[in-house]
Amino acid sequence: MFFEYSIEGGNFAQAGSTSSQVKKNLKQLNVDGSVIKRTVVALYEAEVNIVAHAFRGTIIVEIMEDKIHILLNDEGPGIPDIGKAMEIGFSTASPEVREMGFGAGMGLSNMKNNSDELHISSKVGQGTRVEITNYFQAKPVSLQ
Amino acid sequence: MNKVFYHALKFREDLCIGCSHCMNVCPTEAVRVWHGKAQLHANRCIDCGECYRVCPVGAITVEQDDFDNIYHYTTRIALLPSVFTGQFPASIQPSEIRQALFELGFTHVVEVEEGVEFLSEQILKYISEHSDRKPLISSFCPAIVRLIQVKFPTLVDHIIRLKAPVDVTALHTINSIKEKGFPSEQTGLFYITPCAAKIAAVREPVGEQQSLITGVINMNYLYNRVWKIISKQKRQGNRPEPCALTTKSLCWSLTHGESDHVKIGKSLAIDEINNVIEFLEKLENDEIKGIDFLELRACDESCAGGILCPGNRFLTASKMREAVLRQESLSPSERVNGMLFTPEQTAFLQQHVHLGAIHPRSIMKLDDNVAEAMVKMKRIYELRRLLPQVDCGICGAPTCSALSEDVVQGQADIRQCIFVQRIMEQNEKLDTAESVRIMREIWSNSKLDKNSLKEGTKF
Repeated sequence: MFFEYSIEGGNFAQAGSTSSQVKKNLKQLNVDGSVIKRTVVALYEAEVNIVAHAFRGTIIVEIMEDKIHILLNDEGPGIPDIGKAMEIGFSTASPEVREMGFGAGMGLSNMKNNSDELHISSKVGQGTRVEITNYFQAKPVSLQ
Repeated sequence: MNKVFYHALKFREDLCIGCSHCMNVCPTEAVRVWHGKAQLHANRCIDCGECYRVCPVGAITVEQDDFDNIYHYTTRIALLPSVFTGQFPASIQPSEIRQALFELGFTHVVEVEEGVEFLSEQILKYISEHSDRKPLISSFCPAIVRLIQVKFPTLVDHIIRLKAPVDVTALHTINSIKEKGFPSEQTGLFYITPCAAKIAAVREPVGEQQSLITGVINMNYLYNRVWKIISKQKRQGNRPEPCALTTKSLCWSLTHGESDHVKIGKSLAIDEINNVIEFLEKLENDEIKGIDFLELRACDESCAGGILCPGNRFLTASKMREAVLRQESLSPSERVNGMLFTPEQTAFLQQHVHLGAIHPRSIMKLDDNVAEAMVKMKRIYELRRLLPQVDCGICGAPTCSALSEDVVQGQADIRQCIFVQRIMEQNEKLDTAESVRIMREIWSNSKLDKNSLKEGTKF
């Protein structure tokens, strides 16, 4: 099942609405609580990144029987050095954004810790693409 | 077989007029209307009592024990919460209330908050031992514990697994009464309850096998009986008596009662069930960070706003806070610093204060099997496209999404929607007689007959 959401840059009041909807769907599917939690945490971080840094973005969520795949695309400044952005505490957030409780520099590492598969690619001056995949059951050993 | 959970709120079909007010306020969507009567889904109900507040005809009742049950026991102990005293004018002394309870037949009166000083120490200890799990959520309010079980299953592990004050006090009371030589099989502990959720907590406790409390007495009922006795007596002077509880214990059941005293990191108090739900939604998304302790209460003004409290909740809370100020104005020698437990008593309570596992019992899941649940979810999304999303409730379900779920679960017919009926009538897929028949099935004949006297409109 596909769900599509659009995200507006700078609208912090809206940040979290996609995560809430996805959470509700996963609860209805009786997905294990710890998987729901990880997915929602990773998605929320990614959602806030679009709100905090980009002009606009889209989120496409695909829920399958065994996994959830989330694709976030934004139009924004992009990330010059993804490796550096993954470091704990690294942040380019403005003081205003930090004042609101966002931008502590934990976002990408938090996303990594809460997703089974995470792919980030970015073009400076154009935008960022984030792909999160979480499995509902632990993957068989052979696949890991 | 699926277990049916106990709930204390009962709907009386003989009184219900099918107005659907209860259906519209239920925070867990536990109510539907069928054959003109409100129907309660037992496993969705968390006994918060929001329906009870809005019922215009008193058709929702709270299951309680017959008062005369106390006479089955030779030792009859009343467990008296401080909000009970808060129902009376400040000029009435706590000793007069106790006296009235003795006249009614109790042999002992114990303040529910006696265990609070002990419990608050245990909560601090628990929080420092579970610093990996933030925030920790108080187990005080049984409606909140049930809310988390049914609606926020991923937060169940955050509930502090310690008994509520009433259960700690019950434990202590039984233990000390046994020490004094009263036979325990002839001892009855009766809790005077301000709400329905506490009744459910006694009948079917979460995290323990059985409650120590023998019976539950409706506060509203007892208030009337006590008031009748007190109002006959002559008032003598009104110099405030020193209270048997510490100031902390006295206000524990009010909003901020816990959070003001749990001084580890950041504590927050939230009351009223919809406020709590809004907050838990955000907490579950990990949108809220940096909070260590959460005091959550289902009622506005916490227990002062319990559905069985006869007084106005704001006045009750203010009277209780004034009692604290009076207490604080007394000289230290006059002040009673609450009942302190002996080291043996404390050790005994420490052994028994913990709760067992608290399990989620999600009402959200569409099916135990993910693949089945997926099929149902797809159908729900398809059905929702047909529905007007105005949440009018005319189908007998509280929202369009509730109706679509009911249809998919085989508990409703999409033609219950009045908009769907109109669309089908235009397309000649449904005739008027059939749509009227469906409406009669939901709302009963009387609401669809021009000349019938609508229930609740007699004057």
